[in-house]
Amino acid sequence: MKIIVSIKQVPDTSGKVAVNPDGTLNRASMQTITNPDDMNALEAALKIKDATDCKVIVVTMGPPPAAGMLREALAMGADEAVLVSAREFGGSDTYATSQVLAAAISTIGIEDDDIVLCGRQAIDGDTAQVGPQIAEKLNLPQITYAADITVEGKNVTVKRMLEDGYMTIKTQTPCLVTCIKELNQPRYMSVSGVFEAYSKPLATYNYETLKDHPLIDATTIGLKGSPTNIFKSFTPPQKGAGMMLEGDGKETCEKLVGILTAKHII
Amino acid sequence: MDFHLTNEQQMLRKMYREFAENEVKPLAEEIDEEERFPMETVEKMAKLGMMGIYFPKEYGGAGGDVLSYAMCVEELAKVCGTTAVIVSAHTSLCCAPIFENGTEEQKRKYLPDLLSGRKIGAFGLTEPNAGTDASGQQTTAVLEGDHYVLNGSKCFITNGNVADTFVVFAMTDKSKGNHGISAFIVEKSFPGFSTGKHEKKMGIRGSSTCDLIFEDCIVPKENLLGKEGKGFKIAMQTLDGGRIGIAAQALGLGEGAVNEAVKYTQERVQFGRRLSQFQNTQFQLADMHTRMQAAQYLVYAAAMKKQNHEDYSMDASMAKLFAAEAASDVTRRAVQLFGGYGYTREYPVERMMRDAKITEIYEGTSEVQRMVISSRLGVK
Repeated sequence: MKIIVSIKQVPDTSGKVAVNPDGTLNRASMQTITNPDDMNALEAALKIKDATDCKVIVVTMGPPPAAGMLREALAMGADEAVLVSAREFGGSDTYATSQVLAAAISTIGIEDDDIVLCGRQAIDGDTAQVGPQIAEKLNLPQITYAADITVEGKNVTVKRMLEDGYMTIKTQTPCLVTCIKELNQPRYMSVSGVFEAYSKPLATYNYETLKDHPLIDATTIGLKGSPTNIFKSFTPPQKGAGMMLEGDGKETCEKLVGILTAKHII
Repeated sequence: MDFHLTNEQQMLRKMYREFAENEVKPLAEEIDEEERFPMETVEKMAKLGMMGIYFPKEYGGAGGDVLSYAMCVEELAKVCGTTAVIVSAHTSLCCAPIFENGTEEQKRKYLPDLLSGRKIGAFGLTEPNAGTDASGQQTTAVLEGDHYVLNGSKCFITNGNVADTFVVFAMTDKSKGNHGISAFIVEKSFPGFSTGKHEKKMGIRGSSTCDLIFEDCIVPKENLLGKEGKGFKIAMQTLDGGRIGIAAQALGLGEGAVNEAVKYTQERVQFGRRLSQFQNTQFQLADMHTRMQAAQYLVYAAAMKKQNHEDYSMDASMAKLFAAEAASDVTRRAVQLFGGYGYTREYPVERMMRDAKITEIYEGTSEVQRMVISSRLGVK
């Protein structure tokens, strides 16, 4: 059995979000991190590896610096890494990205007892589309928002956490599961893991590697082929603290009406 | 001369920093207030290989290098001086002498538990009458058949109350002076061994510091570390390595204080301006940062030399001397920049100042470092 984990290197939006004069995100000036939900997916894979000694392969689509993130995943305990990187893939939206990732995962190979794990959504795009789209393209059953995963042989039981409750679903491998932060607490890289990271295999798939894959449609990858284009990214103006009106009764209502009238809201 | 960290060292620094921020910093104030040894942190560090960083995997170490170890102590010290010295004393003062001087049997017996962090190590050299004058050992070790009998006591022993394994020094032949001191590996469970009460200290209050008491303590003959009479040399060599650890601790304390002061002075407003807008603040912080940066180069250079099996004794002394005095100065200045608030225990800088002071004293006082350096310079 092996587990393929799809991870993404994203700008750290918990710090300052830098925006270019033209409104687009200034990614170069921001620190990069591994997408938090993807860390939960990776930790889930490593936990299964601890229990079953299976292989864990991490894959990412990104520019060359994303290899650093893959090395960190290897230092955490993943066995192999694949970097999918090419100019032709740059600027892809979720449709294009999931196409490329599906082709890459298919190239790595999916056996009957394998599982594909993804984070629920990335903190830069916030779409939560790529995981489900990969599943569709690879014809894998998908279970999303996993707050708990149990693997027993070919049986995978997932407890989904939804807004208003939980739903437990059982499926069989091969399958795809997307993970949320409530699933686990990702481990740190270990010292020995760091010293092993650079001797573990890291393969690079470029356009040549994937262009002839049946899942790849050259007209729908990259910036040009993406059905969605980002027009502008901007930091919305911060909401003010608001105004508190104390007291109950007619007087406070009259005050409120006065303020709203003065602002021409009513 | 390559001043760049390797890929692995950069990754490790990231891990150490995240670990320190998330696991160590939240406990730092509490373990200082309560004088509590943070065993839960030791268990977490053990799992990550932080209790045996630069030792080979063959013996249960993490297979890293000396600089990676120094950086670990540095990053821990930025948020907690106590946690940093736990790792430093265990690694440099117990794991190292066993690794460097032990027989194959001794290494296979003791290193796996120590390097994995399942057991904690300590070093027993200092006695009530033998501090800087380490040769004034009064603890005796008499060979009786298949074992030595140890009598005497040690004081100010770091990790004393939590360690299972101790590298202890005792006089096997009084007539030979320094050449009559021998080193032993002592287990907590040996008959006649006990520890004294926890020492109340100015700083590193969570660090376990206590006496070791030997009352007809039976130590098997095979636990002699190195040859009889070589103990003093082993002690001095061990302290050379330990100085890198303490220098790294001092380095981290100073850097941590600078970080806190930079943050605070950008928030605090007096006379209608942020403190950071006053030139005095800017100049103070420039000086503080420069001193700690200089200390970092000395510490890292000493670590690299040890890693490359070069003679690093003088470098380690210079690193410890400079870093410790810089840390004391910088942490004091940080308290001053915080003003009244810096004097309260609400803010971490007063703890950093209290923690920094000991780095000028233990594992060889600054005066001892000056003796080592001047002696190496040939100044007699």
